[in-house]
Amino acid sequence: MLTLHCPYCGVDADETDLHAGGEAHLTRFGPGASDDDFEGYLFTRKNPKGVHFERWRHAYGCGKWFLAARCTATLEVFATYSAQTVAPPADVRAAITAKRPDWSWGDLS
Amino acid sequence: MSNAISALEGRAVAGDVTVTDMGLQGMISLRGDLSDKALTKVCKSVTGADAPKPLQMSVAGASGFGWMSPDEALLLVPYNVVRDGLASINNALSGQHFLASNVSDARAHIVVSGAYADEVIAKVSPVDMHPDSFAIGDFRRSHLGQVAAAFWKSDANTFHVICFRSVADYVFDLLAASAKAGPVGYTS
Repeated sequence: MLTLHCPYCGVDADETDLHAGGEAHLTRFGPGASDDDFEGYLFTRKNPKGVHFERWRHAYGCGKWFLAARCTATLEVFATYSAQTVAPPADVRAAITAKRPDWSWGDLS
Repeated sequence: MSNAISALEGRAVAGDVTVTDMGLQGMISLRGDLSDKALTKVCKSVTGADAPKPLQMSVAGASGFGWMSPDEALLLVPYNVVRDGLASINNALSGQHFLASNVSDARAHIVVSGAYADEVIAKVSPVDMHPDSFAIGDFRRSHLGQVAAAFWKSDANTFHVICFRSVADYVFDLLAASAKAGPVGYTS
């Protein structure tokens, strides 16, 4: 069972209060994009064993979307942070590096 | 004019912990910038309650001012003054980005009161109801059993629950069953 800290209302929300929103930090490819880019945006998702970035919504609480960095293998949560970011902030990356020195996720590490 | 009735029509279950429908409760849902002075001022004039801190319900008599999310408040007022309250809010905030609506008839207000009232709620929600982490005045949106609900603690043994009208029957029966099943010894 996951417990994620909602960065908007400050509640340590139980998984049953949350709604999973899939992979975070997607780059949107819309009208005018190539077929490959559009297909990748729609369907191609990372499925790592280890460090992962996800979108979550505090559905039964304040209703806000936020982002979480966690380990898919151990369910350890490294940090949760604002959804108004296009890449994980430095403090989030530092928190992951402290626990998983050799982590990588897409272009990030 | 239709004859307004609450979803549970004052239903009550007696016992060590009582579960009671509070009947008609005026509620105004207000979305806007909660840090705005004009907004908190008009909310205070409508409810008589001070602006709540995050995750708190500020109570003044039969009225209340609750923090629902960073941009949403719940105002509790007597049922028959909702229209006046809405008019005051619409006047005071005209020109601003906000939305105030009368949700009185869309929701139900149930009170759980008694020696182990906190455990009655703890058993059916994921919230830590221990007095060390859920104090008097604390207000939380979460779920009870299968459905969304919000609740606050008004004194050591009394909790107020707000849920949607369509699930009022379910929530009432759930709380009554939880109360009937007795204490579990977590908070006492």
